[in-house]
Amino acid sequence: MNLKTSLRQVDGVNIVDCSGRITLGEGSIVLRDIVKDLLGKGNKKILLNLGDVNYIDSSGIGELVSAFTTVKNQGGELKLLNLTKKVHDLLQITKLYTVFDVRDDEASAIKAFR
Amino acid sequence: MAGDRFSYKLDSTLDTVDSAEQTASRIASESGFGDDEVMQIAMAVREAAVNAVLHGNAYDPEKKVDLEFERTPKALVITIRDQGKGMDMAKIPDPLAPENLLKTSGRGIFLIRSFMDSVEIHPSQSGTEIKLIKHVHGPSEGGKEASQ
Repeated sequence: MNLKTSLRQVDGVNIVDCSGRITLGEGSIVLRDIVKDLLGKGNKKILLNLGDVNYIDSSGIGELVSAFTTVKNQGGELKLLNLTKKVHDLLQITKLYTVFDVRDDEASAIKAFR
Repeated sequence: MAGDRFSYKLDSTLDTVDSAEQTASRIASESGFGDDEVMQIAMAVREAAVNAVLHGNAYDPEKKVDLEFERTPKALVITIRDQGKGMDMAKIPDPLAPENLLKTSGRGIFLIRSFMDSVEIHPSQSGTEIKLIKHVHGPSEGGKEASQ
């Protein structure tokens, strides 16, 4: 299943609920577009809920990195929420787990935004 | 695991990448690997197919990707061959180097090496061949890197 996203806002934080696969092609483009759209509207607090993302490839990892740096370079914050074991393991072996701010509780993740 | 060989000739498209991954997943599963190993093999094949389609053949409709699976009693051996200019091994970055951590690409070969027991890359002027080996009950069950 390709990536599907839905958007909600809680206390000024834009939560992107993601499900499916973030892979080369459509999945990566969907993620890129939604982050670009949020930033374009001035929404710089972004929480990617990856709880239903069951697969990510190296292109998808690259897209997460791109989203992270793009938001950061515009003075915003991007955090990750609810990693599945597969995504968690991939971020561990690529040493990206400590680069991202990874949270497993939505309420505390929202509070962590400045 | 019985000895078998399967080969496919695929177009240089994104569909090929998905197809290679799905085929690898099916054959690995049929070969008796566990769920985690099946996922690792399928992902390694996907990454190798991405390299072949994008970096090797550069989506050229005239160029094909050869995908071969060989099941032996001891291992699953997968060979992916493109018709590009040959991968420049010197240009493959270390994605774990601090200066590369935030790069948006360059992790494919690293993931392949992490997930397979043995990886051989043979670049030539007529293309790149990559051979992936996963041993049955191999020493790195669960993945060399993932188990650390």
